[in-house]
Amino acid sequence: MSKDFSLHPELASTFALPVDLLYFLLVAISTFFTVAVVVVIIVFCVKYRRRSEDERPKPIHGSLPLELAWSIIPFFICMGVFTLGADMFFRMYRAPADAIDVYVVGKQWMWKIQHPEGKREINELHVPVNTPVRLTMTSEDVIHAFSIPAFRTKRDVVPGRYNTMWFESTKVGEYHLFCAEYCGTQHSTMIGKVVVMEEQDYQNWLSGGAAGESMVEAGMRQFEQLGCATCHKPQSGGRGPTLTGVYGAPVQLASGDIVVADEAYIRESILQPTSQVVNGYQPIMPTFQGQISEETLLQLITYIKSLSEPTE
Amino acid sequence: MTTTVTPESPAAADRGEDNYLNHEYGIKSWLLTVDHKRIGLLYLITTTMFFALGGVFAGLIRLELMTPQGDMFQADTYNKLFTMHGVAMIFFFLIPSVPAVLGNFVLPLMIGAKDVAFPRLNLLSWYCYITGGALATFAIVAGGVDTGWTFYTPYSSTYSSGFVALALTGVFINGFSSILTGVNFLTTIHKMRAPGMTWFRLPLFIWAHYATSLMMILGTPVVAITLLLVALENLLGIGIFNPDLGGDPILMQHLFWFYSHPAVYIMIVPGFGVISEVIACFSRKAIFGYSFVAFSSLAIALLGFLVWGHHMFTTGQSVYASMVFSFITFFIAVPTAVKVFNWTATMYRGSIDLKTPMLYAIGFMGLFLIGGLTGTFLSTMAMDIHLHDTYFVVSHFHYVMVGGMVMAYLSGLHFWWPKMTGRLYNEAMAKTGAVLIFLGFNLTFFPQFVLGYLGMPRRYHVYPEEFQILHVASTGGATVLGLGYIIMFSCLIYSLFRGAKAGPNPWTAKGLEWEIESPPIAHNFHETPIVTSEPYAYEEEDVLLADKASH
Repeated sequence: MSKDFSLHPELASTFALPVDLLYFLLVAISTFFTVAVVVVIIVFCVKYRRRSEDERPKPIHGSLPLELAWSIIPFFICMGVFTLGADMFFRMYRAPADAIDVYVVGKQWMWKIQHPEGKREINELHVPVNTPVRLTMTSEDVIHAFSIPAFRTKRDVVPGRYNTMWFESTKVGEYHLFCAEYCGTQHSTMIGKVVVMEEQDYQNWLSGGAAGESMVEAGMRQFEQLGCATCHKPQSGGRGPTLTGVYGAPVQLASGDIVVADEAYIRESILQPTSQVVNGYQPIMPTFQGQISEETLLQLITYIKSLSEPTE
Repeated sequence: MTTTVTPESPAAADRGEDNYLNHEYGIKSWLLTVDHKRIGLLYLITTTMFFALGGVFAGLIRLELMTPQGDMFQADTYNKLFTMHGVAMIFFFLIPSVPAVLGNFVLPLMIGAKDVAFPRLNLLSWYCYITGGALATFAIVAGGVDTGWTFYTPYSSTYSSGFVALALTGVFINGFSSILTGVNFLTTIHKMRAPGMTWFRLPLFIWAHYATSLMMILGTPVVAITLLLVALENLLGIGIFNPDLGGDPILMQHLFWFYSHPAVYIMIVPGFGVISEVIACFSRKAIFGYSFVAFSSLAIALLGFLVWGHHMFTTGQSVYASMVFSFITFFIAVPTAVKVFNWTATMYRGSIDLKTPMLYAIGFMGLFLIGGLTGTFLSTMAMDIHLHDTYFVVSHFHYVMVGGMVMAYLSGLHFWWPKMTGRLYNEAMAKTGAVLIFLGFNLTFFPQFVLGYLGMPRRYHVYPEEFQILHVASTGGATVLGLGYIIMFSCLIYSLFRGAKAGPNPWTAKGLEWEIESPPIAHNFHETPIVTSEPYAYEEEDVLLADKASH
């Protein structure tokens, strides 16, 4: 984070350069049109200034070729820029498969961050350089937005759903982290920093401090404590469906629909269990709405996800 | 255009012995008036009060942002200031300004009508406006609202402690004033045009108001619906927007922007109408590409309903939905560009006189162009991700709303001021105001584009210190801008007392409103005018009431 004034923000992710190129293209197009129109207006104002009160210039009612030209040319320029922007947007949307996961919970007015290895932090996000990182984010209260200007990316953090964003940092350093969506009184203090570290430093940082349980371990502990395991047994035959291998797989619902068991589905099944019941089971699971925190929920989901990973 | 006017002593008209201002006296004659011109003036006075209020809030915001620490106000006070600035300016100044002030005054005059189609509804619309305004003002006095003018849930519905319900009720009631004005204008334009005033003889101001009225009628009810849904959720516990009840907070954004994006065009399209009139008059030329300018207003009105999702690229809405919204947003740039090119072409080989209204109109073109072009940055999906919710957005919409809309409004106000009041203002003083407003505006808002690109988020009470220099520049600009507004208002008010008599047509403009006395008589026309020629027939000899009457 530079404390000095600059006219250009730092470039610190793989998105930064393409987004900046798009920006400069737009600046060039805008400058061209603004200067062109302003110069023409000024020239007209001087050249055709009223010299006498009796002037009655000849009317010119229009010109179809001109109208077509100044409709079609801007149209094609617009379509070009649209295509570039949409293409880049798609690349910003899809996280690479090998991205490491980090979990973010926003609340008034702080960012709570959990790494799968168990490390937690507040208002700071440590990430390794040159590694794709995927953030899975939700909010405990109102809508926030996780914004990292140096990475040229941001995403709203919405209560009741998981939004994801990803980035790959390119430069070791510290960068601003802002909440960009107005979230109440102390909105402007819901800030922090993203610390980009060399891989080795990151590993040292992860293993430093009090050795805690990993998110999967914590999720497994919760799974036992909350009594989930009573019904959701490792093999079929329990009162609830087995959760082994369920993440990412299609699920046949009692309603006849088929949904893919992603984070959002698992979340909803915990909080509103009767809304999407699996075919062949009774809607007997109690709701956990309001009883477990967003962080616990993320740990449970991480644990359930781990049940679908090939065992070593 | 040609009119048939009952011969009348020109001397009587010049002395202004009987006009809409002195036709009746007393407070009651104003508060119960059904005269569209008087209602226009009522709107002028009340919208100006809200403009001043919103302006004071803006000044306080800029003062706070002089330093990064947030040392002038509490965070909560700051949040209330920017919320009330937005609410006052958008709902109680920008939306009613051109249609309800200038539209009410000149729309019937321009089409040769004695009044709007439903004069009593017109008065009711003003009462809706002041009732809504009073509630919103009461919400400010009682403790304020801190949700931002966008009222996003669940903050506004569950977490905010301010007087949200009261302010929203004010906005709700005020919405009916828009709807009533829209209904009135549509009916008036359809049914009350003077003989010979065919659709393609309508001044472009009328076309712009036709498009605006459509948007007002179709869009405004959605805000009312949204509010009712919020009320249902809070009172009956039905989950609509609150995720704890199984609702979706993003749905509220969809509904909000379904109205509020067209509302942007409700604000700016009437301004387009003003600019067409002013540029034609002070270039003494017919508008280049009349039908393109007219239909581009309708195209913008239609497409304006299909772009709301471009406010929501970062919310996690479907990428394909975002793509469609981005595409249509780029599409809407074309009719907007067409207008600017046509206005510029209108000046070609004209006889250009840089009177105050024309200065504002030219200022409008430059600023609106920048506002529109920076809009394409934000409709470029990947670019918007970086710029969304930063000062870039703040600057962009101020270029459109203040640089565009307010400049157009002031252009129109200075253009029709002699018609409304019968007085001329001091040209030098008015021009000084116009130039200061133009310079001050750019100084205020251009640095904010840079701030936004650097990543400065909007609605921040305290901010990192590297942004300070640009904030100080912006506050300096706001000071110049404020001075410009004060000079402009003083100049207009002074003209009421000391201004020279305007006469029917001080600008040698074309159009029915310039063929009658200034100020007009209570029923506008002594006899129904008959229109026999195209609009903007600046090559024809002037037809002045005085000349006609003396024939």
